[in-house]
Amino acid sequence: MSPSNQAASLLTVTGLHKSFGANQVLKGIDFTVHTGEVVALIGPSGSGKTTALRCLNGLEIPDACTVAFAGGPEVAFSAGFKPKQAQILRQRSAMVFQGHHLFPHLSVLQNVTVGPLEVQKRPRAEVMEQATALLARVGLADKAQAYPNSLSGGQQQRVGIVRALMLKPDLLLFDEPTSALDPELVGEVLVVIKELAQEGWSMVLVTHELAFARDVADTVVFMDGGVAVETGPASQVLAAPQNPRTQAFVQRLLHPF
Amino acid sequence: MDSNWQLFLDSLWPLTQAAITASIPLAVISFAIGLAVALLMALMRISGSKVLSSVARVYISIIRGTPLLVQLFVIFYGMPSIGLTIDPWPSAIIVFSLNTGGYCAEILRAAILSVPAGQWEAGYTVGMSRTRTLYRIILPQAARVAVPPLSNSFISLVKDTSLASIILVGEMFRKAQEITAVTFEFMLLYCTAAGIYWVICLLLSALQNSLEGRLEKHVAK
Repeated sequence: MSPSNQAASLLTVTGLHKSFGANQVLKGIDFTVHTGEVVALIGPSGSGKTTALRCLNGLEIPDACTVAFAGGPEVAFSAGFKPKQAQILRQRSAMVFQGHHLFPHLSVLQNVTVGPLEVQKRPRAEVMEQATALLARVGLADKAQAYPNSLSGGQQQRVGIVRALMLKPDLLLFDEPTSALDPELVGEVLVVIKELAQEGWSMVLVTHELAFARDVADTVVFMDGGVAVETGPASQVLAAPQNPRTQAFVQRLLHPF
Repeated sequence: MDSNWQLFLDSLWPLTQAAITASIPLAVISFAIGLAVALLMALMRISGSKVLSSVARVYISIIRGTPLLVQLFVIFYGMPSIGLTIDPWPSAIIVFSLNTGGYCAEILRAAILSVPAGQWEAGYTVGMSRTRTLYRIILPQAARVAVPPLSNSFISLVKDTSLASIILVGEMFRKAQEITAVTFEFMLLYCTAAGIYWVICLLLSALQNSLEGRLEKHVAK
């Protein structure tokens, strides 16, 4: 399932810079996501990986960067860029949050259909059919009328994934999708993400689960101190890292004691 | 004693009628307009724009820093001297709306800020604009937080409408005064009016409880 060299590039990120005040979080990151490729961003806390992911969805406005989707849109961020202008990126990508952020006042079905119905204005029958199928697929067919507060953390996150899939994005973004879950609930969410990867969804994944990254990702980007220290095939970066910082990080996570 | 009882019974309907036709509509209309003003002020306060935020802050400060009675006098008795005469009803609605707007702005601001930032982002990621996220995602959740203090404000407003008697609005308290002008039964009439205000407020409290119950339904405990 590793993308061949011929696979078309879906997303090209060039020169991603972002500061919060005096704190320079991203110091010029470049990477490409090919169609059907799974890219995992890994790295220590504060390395900027979540910020980088959020920039792809326009949730953070980079100080400078070009985010270009094949076939558009292409957004060139610069000083004075308005958050409103970043909205256009959300036509191609959808985000799954660490804390799921489901809408508590809406039922599961309303949570996953509000975007397609009210923003994308797609036909109701088609949207409902898609929602029913996707909820069934993640094992939540009987929860359509339930409200988020009655679900377990793992179920909530699966609804979060369905909400993103419902938008029919070309690129799925996962921000540490299992970090906020109880350990015994992690598996049920990872299974869903792995199936999506096998189906050929393109995704960028921020994760601390190195075993999962090795299993699912085609490409791993190791970030530290706001730069992409090492980029390469998952097997190489995680099993035989070249850079000393990557080596130290991988060692620390594989042998924490 | 019998004649007092008779007077009580005779005045009950005129007072209730004045409450239904004047006091309550005055409160409801003013509160509705006031909430719109409050929402506007709250949004200006959190807009991130220094100018808008300052304008809202000054407005809220003036409203909260001056007595309601003085506000009524300025609009009704003061305005004519600069050439602008406003009738009793419009004067009352203007003052009560602006007053509600000033007091409720801070309630709404706090309620909106109490909704986690992730809810805004989730709205954005499903493609919603800021405005749509606000009314579709944020305000319904803010309402849960805002209902108890807003109910307080509304109940206060219902009672404050009695001040409009001073600017000649024919609401319930003015009606009571009119009856006492003929009968001189001050204690009886004013206590009857007080009793009716109390009953209205009891009903509103019950309404508040059921509204809160409905909004709490889907909140994680």
